[in-house]
Amino acid sequence: MYSISQANSSTDGPPTPVPVVAVDAAWVKSLLGSVQAGFPSPAEDHGVERIDLNKELIKHPQATFLMRVRGASMREAGIDDGDVVLVDRAIKPSHGHVVVAVVDGEFTVKRLWKRGSNLKLQAANPTYPDILPRDGQTVEVWGVVTTAIKSMIV
Amino acid sequence: MFALVDGNNFYVSCERVFRPSLVGRPVIVLSNNDGCAIARSNEAKALGVRMGHPWFQCKDFERDHGLVALSANFALYGDMSERMMVVASSYAPRQEIYSIDESFLDFTGVPGDLVVMCRDMRARILQWVGIPCGVGIGPTKTLAKLANYISKTTERKPGSYPQKLGQVCHLGAISQDELHAVFAATDVGEVWGVGKRIGAQLREGGVSTVLDLVRLDASTVRRHFSVVLEKTVRELQGTQCIEVDDQPAPKQQIMVSRSFGHAVTKGRDLATAITEYTSRAAEKLRGQGSAAGAIVVFIRTSPFRKDDPQYSATVTVPLLRPTADSALLATSAIAGLRGIYKAGFKYAKAGVMLVDLQSTDMQQGELDFDALETPPGHDREVDQGVSGSALTCHQSGQRGRAKLMSAMDAVNGRYGRGSLKLAGAGLEIDRKGWAMKQERRTPQYTTCWGDIAVVRA
Repeated sequence: MYSISQANSSTDGPPTPVPVVAVDAAWVKSLLGSVQAGFPSPAEDHGVERIDLNKELIKHPQATFLMRVRGASMREAGIDDGDVVLVDRAIKPSHGHVVVAVVDGEFTVKRLWKRGSNLKLQAANPTYPDILPRDGQTVEVWGVVTTAIKSMIV
Repeated sequence: MFALVDGNNFYVSCERVFRPSLVGRPVIVLSNNDGCAIARSNEAKALGVRMGHPWFQCKDFERDHGLVALSANFALYGDMSERMMVVASSYAPRQEIYSIDESFLDFTGVPGDLVVMCRDMRARILQWVGIPCGVGIGPTKTLAKLANYISKTTERKPGSYPQKLGQVCHLGAISQDELHAVFAATDVGEVWGVGKRIGAQLREGGVSTVLDLVRLDASTVRRHFSVVLEKTVRELQGTQCIEVDDQPAPKQQIMVSRSFGHAVTKGRDLATAITEYTSRAAEKLRGQGSAAGAIVVFIRTSPFRKDDPQYSATVTVPLLRPTADSALLATSAIAGLRGIYKAGFKYAKAGVMLVDLQSTDMQQGELDFDALETPPGHDREVDQGVSGSALTCHQSGQRGRAKLMSAMDAVNGRYGRGSLKLAGAGLEIDRKGWAMKQERRTPQYTTCWGDIAVVRA
């Protein structure tokens, strides 16, 4: 909130009434966008902005979803328990991609191994088996993992 | 040519994106307070679950047929809707969002095979967002809407129409004979704007199929029914005559959105537009005797100004309790806008949508804790007999507001729309959280960090 003061504080006599309007500063700032500094800036249209992670990491905003990883099967691919992955459904999955797949109705993250019509889901941890679709079992690739977000303990 | 793009069983399809195990199973989504079915999967439809089927009557299906019932999750549906709408909007120069899951695309002046384009669009929405759509194409909106119905019915009930009309149906690209066969196979009640009452009247007069209706003389229809039905008949005959304001309202939500005449960059101007749209929507809401449980606000740049930086966002603001009060709705909408507005973009379109509608005569009362914090004289001035208790104070306030709202509608009805307006968004009331019974609500997978889906590694 702004509080308006000072203007009349040093003068003697009765203070002139000052209109006081309750304004949420953050909202005003967001509305104004840029603060008028009194003279036009020649660089107005090429403003320098702070790096926006959304813009850098998400190429297809309509097709990108976040998921939280549970389990250790992708440890050697750098994806640990508790990480958050960005999954982009607009990318065509191909051999070598880390993907989110649907196996028996459940989401699983694995590396896609694809040669011709042969397909398997590889774990990146020797203590976990690869997933080979059994007869009649459908394995559907839900999306391609583009990024893993790993939060450190602070 | 117009296309109507519409998500199949939209709420159910949204849920299935994050719970693939629900694919192939009968699933319904329940209205607020888990009252009745507002969306049904094809499997649930096949079981005989009706639209609006009360939940307590469906419980046998749960026990005997594995029916899965979920509470409505409007935060999820609002976000998925935005994704779907933005993908669709890149296929045509103009898009008009009609409801949470339907938009009209205007292909005027677009060269190329529309069926091929729309199949590509349908595939992209399915791949990117995970929502299966039906697409209907026709020379008028009424025909596009009918084509959409045919595209979905062909898919859901094989054999009802020629197979090639499934998923994407272009009524402007089939022969006259084929068109008449399709019209003859379709009940008159499926036409956009022909409700139950008019449908019954038409059938009494021997008009039972769309073909019968198309063959009527438009001026006769006006004499015996109304100008509205005359327009419908002309549209079925291929003449465009329904304006945006004449369009029959979508059933489950109230939508007001506009493309701006020129790009809007200031948040203040967006706020004015959103306030105005909300007032219009609230007026429609009161006109049908409903209250809304949530309000969806969206803003976006034009995907056709490719050199401009692109931005689009949607927010779903849940209301503490369902309301039809313009001021409360506008305040909530502005609070939502504040969360999604970003400076530096040229906005081309904005809109609001009232969702989670329910009839006002079955609203639940509850103790209003906000009223305890109401400044003296605020709510009380509308009622002289204040007893001092928060509940009474609130109820009298509600009565006063209802009167205020109906007075406002009356003035606007008499002196023209917008004669009496809300003075921007002066109130600062954030209404968060769902106070209602939603025992079966799924997580807010796309709008809440703590709710994102879990993937096993």
